[in-house]
Order: sequence, then structure tokens, then C-alpha cells
Amino acid sequence: MSVFFILSLVVSADNTKGNPEAGQRVYARCLACHSLERDRTGPRHCGLFGRKAGSVSDFEYSAAMQKSSIIWDADTLDHFLESPLTVVPGTTMGFAGIKDENKRRDLIAYLKSASESSDICP
Amino acid sequence: MSTLKPNYPSLLEETAIKARRKFLMQAGTATFSATAVALLSGCTSQVANAESSTSTDQDVRILNTAISAEHEAVAAYQLGAESGLLEPGTLKVAVKFQGHHKEHIDALSSAVNSLGGNPVEAKTAYNFPIEKLKQQSDVLEFAAGLERGAVSAYAGAIPIFDNRDLSAAAASILADEAMHWAILRNALGLDPVPEAFFS
Repeated sequence: MSVFFILSLVVSADNTKGNPEAGQRVYARCLACHSLERDRTGPRHCGLFGRKAGSVSDFEYSAAMQKSSIIWDADTLDHFLESPLTVVPGTTMGFAGIKDENKRRDLIAYLKSASESSDICP
Repeated sequence: MSTLKPNYPSLLEETAIKARRKFLMQAGTATFSATAVALLSGCTSQVANAESSTSTDQDVRILNTAISAEHEAVAAYQLGAESGLLEPGTLKVAVKFQGHHKEHIDALSSAVNSLGGNPVEAKTAYNFPIEKLKQQSDVLEFAAGLERGAVSAYAGAIPIFDNRDLSAAAASILADEAMHWAILRNALGLDPVPEAFFS
């Protein structure tokens, strides 16, 4: 059991160690529906980390997302972004996902940086 | 004088009708796998119906997300057109692009209706970053960002439509969005086609 736990720690990627600059380029993919500051077709990303999925007030979520019990952090984002429809069946985020784990890591690093920036998200 | 109409509205409508037929046919058809188990317990049609319904529901959700983004694009071009910041030639192109997005909405909405869903309506108001639009290039950059995002959105939707004909129709719209993006980049003095691959 303890060996498994240690091995898990060794192989587990640190999803906060991406390149935010590269991640900003990946974020351009999200701009059809999302922005940092504003709710659009998708909810805003300011304040994303630590937020419960489906909890931005006044945004109309799918029932599936509201019931998901996800708290957004680097690991839950990594899991979700790889295949949104698999992780939350019934989500309105009709997107196949980002299969390249390096791109996901970069995107998550950018989201972490930008969504907590006092300039962008006062 | 003949006019050339894009073929994606009819393709989408035709696809949606086929999907509806497939859904109705599957509702009463036994197939192997999970359905075979259900056959033994006498509830085959219910399972087939549920499976088809789930995949059709997912296709409707994907289509409605696209419609929502298209509505926003129409509103964004309206904002640009009424801003007074666009030169006459640019305004003409912007209005043309807006017309394309309206056609996308009509086609996608027809598909949703044919699948038994309800197409989403436009919002009563959009929270655009108006304070950042001070000159023509600001409007073009804003529009280019939306078009670039739209290309990615359709690229991300194409693989997950249960009905592959809907994927083909979405690819047709993607190509139009990509042309918009390239032309807007060109107008901004940027390389209109910066990469060989795009996602």
C-alpha cells in the first residue's frame, strides 16, 4: 500500500509547473466561449481556482455541472480538460478536450496566473 | 442571375433528419452488447431508446453551445458596425461576416429542431469590453479573437458528434470561420495564415 502511494507520487505530474506564456497561446482555443473577466457562452475564469464547479452566480450551468461536486484546482482541471464529456457527462462544454498533457499543463499554469492576477481580475 | 448558396444549411438539415430517423429506428431495434443483456430481461427497446436519446441529447447540447457562440458573434459584429470606428470598406466586410454567422445560426437551429431539441435564443445583452474599443484595429482584434476561438470550438466539437454527418457539416462552418480569421488578421497587418496546423 505504502509502496503504491510512493510510486503514485513519483509518477504523478505536477500540473502547476507549466509555462504560462505557452499556456496563453493555448487559451486562445477557449476564447470562442470563455474569457477571464466576463461570463459568455461559458463562465468567466477569474477566481477559478478553489471554486466549486457550477457556482458562478447568475451563470446558467448544465444540471450535470452543478451536480458534479468538482472543486477546480490543477488536478481537477487537468482531468476535465483532457475529456470534458467523459468527466462530466451532460456538460454543455461540447469540446473533445486537450489530449497533449504538456499543453494542458501550460494552459493550467496560465489559468492559475491570469485568474489570480489583480490586474485582470480585480 | 443565379446565386450561389453555401451548402451547409441543407447539409445540416439533411443530417439532422437522418439522425432523427436513426434515433426512431434504433428505439425499436435490438443490437448486441449492453442491449443483449436487456433483451433477456425484456426491456431492449427502452435501453436502445435511452442510448440513442443520450447521444442525440449530446449532439443537441453541442449544437446549442455553437448556436450560443454564434449569437454572440452576431452581436459583436453589430457592436462593431455601430461603433463608428470602421472604415466603409471594412464595415462592408464586417456586415458580410455577420451575415454568415446569422446563416450558421439558422442552419444549426434547424438541425436542433430536427433532432427534437430547442435551439437557444440570443441573450438580451452581452457584456462586451466596450471600453477597450477605441479605434478600428481594436474592433478587428476583438473580432479576430472571437473568430479564432470559433475555429477551435468547431475543431473541438467535430470529433465528438455522435452523428458523423453533423461533424462534416460543422467542418464546413469551421472553414468559414477560419477564412474570417485569416482576413481579419490580414487587415490587422498580421500573417493571415501563421501556421500549417491549427487546433
